[in-house]
Amino acid sequence: MAVTRTVLVHPLLVRITHWINAFAITCMAMSGWQIYNASPLFGFRFPAWATLGGWLGGAIAWHLAAWWLLAINGLVYVAYGLALGHFRKHLLPITPVLVWTDFRAALALRLRHQIGQYNAVQKLSYVVVLLLLILAVLSGLALWKPVQFQALAGLLGGYEVARRIHFVAMAGIVAFVVLHLSLVILVPRTLPALITGRARAKPDASQ
Amino acid sequence: MSKISSRDFQPQLRRLERRLFLRSSLSLGALTLLTGCNLQDGDTTDRVLWAMSRFNDRMQALLFNPNTLAPTYAASEITRPYPFNAFYGEDDAPEIDAADWKLEVSGMVQDRTAWTLDRLRELPQESQITRHICIEGWSAIGQWSGVPLREFLKRVGADTRARYVGFKCADRYYSSIDMATALHPQTVLALDFIGRPLPTEFGFPLRLRVPTKLGFKSPKHIAAIFVTNDYPGGYWEDQGYNWFSGS
Repeated sequence: MAVTRTVLVHPLLVRITHWINAFAITCMAMSGWQIYNASPLFGFRFPAWATLGGWLGGAIAWHLAAWWLLAINGLVYVAYGLALGHFRKHLLPITPVLVWTDFRAALALRLRHQIGQYNAVQKLSYVVVLLLLILAVLSGLALWKPVQFQALAGLLGGYEVARRIHFVAMAGIVAFVVLHLSLVILVPRTLPALITGRARAKPDASQ
Repeated sequence: MSKISSRDFQPQLRRLERRLFLRSSLSLGALTLLTGCNLQDGDTTDRVLWAMSRFNDRMQALLFNPNTLAPTYAASEITRPYPFNAFYGEDDAPEIDAADWKLEVSGMVQDRTAWTLDRLRELPQESQITRHICIEGWSAIGQWSGVPLREFLKRVGADTRARYVGFKCADRYYSSIDMATALHPQTVLALDFIGRPLPTEFGFPLRLRVPTKLGFKSPKHIAAIFVTNDYPGGYWEDQGYNWFSGS
């Protein structure tokens, strides 16, 4: 009898923190856009359908409620990643040569998706989005408490500069999400693994 | 010439109808998504958001350090022209006659005598150049001077173990702050803005200036101050702005 062999691709903790993070980031971005609309930094507003909270007060309530979810969930994930070698094992090494090779292969549509293993471009983008999330949280803390956390706000160039950094971090995270979702659409079989944790192990996939 | 009948346009009309239906159902969907998340409907999501806002009040009270001063700036950094902001237009700011004006004091205080402007000017004055940060995101640097609120509370014999200091204003605005912030050295009952008596649009004759909180916690045109243990809320706070709103 043929038995389909499956392998564990995403541990339970990674799956749980991933989906909590997805929800928290959606809330943070949409409520953040509503807050932005109250006093736009640049010459545009976000469309109302893309915002959360209905008005400035509602949006801030969402933003400052969901931030706890983002921060605590993020801390759990980072602690896990550092303690159990998850980051070292899956996100490293990243060298310019590896990134360049994989990037060229991806553009030529020759980059193979290997179950349970990230290519160098993926590794780089996951590390960058992690750093952007940390930047978003730090600049957000500086905006929330520019007096109590004035050392942090000062480090980021003061309140007005921190506002712009917060925006840039958001834009980077949103760009990552767009890329991330496009790739899921291109390679849909990666999605079930992030729910069940397991993927079918093909003999040829391990090469 | 053939007669134009509505029948000729039937397919297009149907398509248009379908499109309009789709659009309205989309915005209906968006609406159902939005109701219950704006703090004003009282459903489960709202209750969670209000509870989180009260939790954030407590966290901010813990984070508040009574000895941490808001950064101060040079006179050259003052924002000019200084922006006006209120829940009404600039032309609707109340015109107040200084001679008739009196500041009422009530609640947990020993001396409830009303204060005139002259008496307030006789008290020790403090000046500060600090950044005013609006809940909308923008900020502006201004110079305010007047009586430190803690000095005023001492003079009226306020019970500083009380939880709140509340403010009622001539423009129907009202707000309240925690006692720890009321006693902060930079919390000032401002009489002057950039060296001159407060202009009408910036709160003549008396406004609060709290550089450790967002701008809406600094009410203008103050008519009454009270000390209380009963949560007084505020104009925006009652609609959903976070009450503590510390900086």
